[in-house]
Amino acid sequence: MIKLLYFARFRDQLDCAEEQLALPAHIDTVADLAAHLSERGANWRGTLADSQALVAVNQEISGFETAVKDGDEIAFFPPVTGG
Amino acid sequence: MTAATPAKAVDRIRVQTDDFDLQAEYQTLRGIDAAAGAVVLFTGLVRDLNQGDAVRGLTLEHYPGMTEKVLADIVTEARQRWRLLQVSILHRVGALAPADQIVLVGCASAHRGDAFAACEFIMDFLKTRAPFWKQERTAGGHRWVEARDTDRDAAKRW
Repeated sequence: MIKLLYFARFRDQLDCAEEQLALPAHIDTVADLAAHLSERGANWRGTLADSQALVAVNQEISGFETAVKDGDEIAFFPPVTGG
Repeated sequence: MTAATPAKAVDRIRVQTDDFDLQAEYQTLRGIDAAAGAVVLFTGLVRDLNQGDAVRGLTLEHYPGMTEKVLADIVTEARQRWRLLQVSILHRVGALAPADQIVLVGCASAHRGDAFAACEFIMDFLKTRAPFWKQERTAGGHRWVEARDTDRDAAKRW
């Protein structure tokens, strides 16, 4: 299983804050995962294709080329606006 | 991040709903010995106007766990660049009203140059790296604050 988290505008757009997902066999990278999730519908496709979308794998800022493995925690979110 | 000079036990990194007390934080940064010759404190406040609209308040959310790690990494990086005795980063989350305190960054050093520079560096990196998000309440409803190019430019100069 992998743990998926969505924050801020992305959570609103996807109507999902957190989920567990059995990692499908063909998913090796964040990009593969984003493509898999995009099959859920237009709001998923639009949100994850956002050119500003950021991803963290195990709480480290990562890229869409980053490898994904079972047990990982993966978060998708828009650019940060704290401070 | 592996580092020669990691964030130290004396450093205070807190994500909290409660307000913070500048005087108390200043006393902490002054420390109990006389090594500190300079303490620089920055506070960020909620403004009542953004993009021409009156802001009734903000809700700040964050990524628990990752936020604290990113802030610790930023302190580690600051400690590699400047000679710092003690660093504090306090950041509030939850519902805030105009004029409320949002964030405090405090740096203590032997001489002022290190504390001034580190304080600005930490804020610039916090604004572009730490996973916090602001949602504004205006007369027109709720809206997520967009990231600003000026913040990205400020972080690039380091």
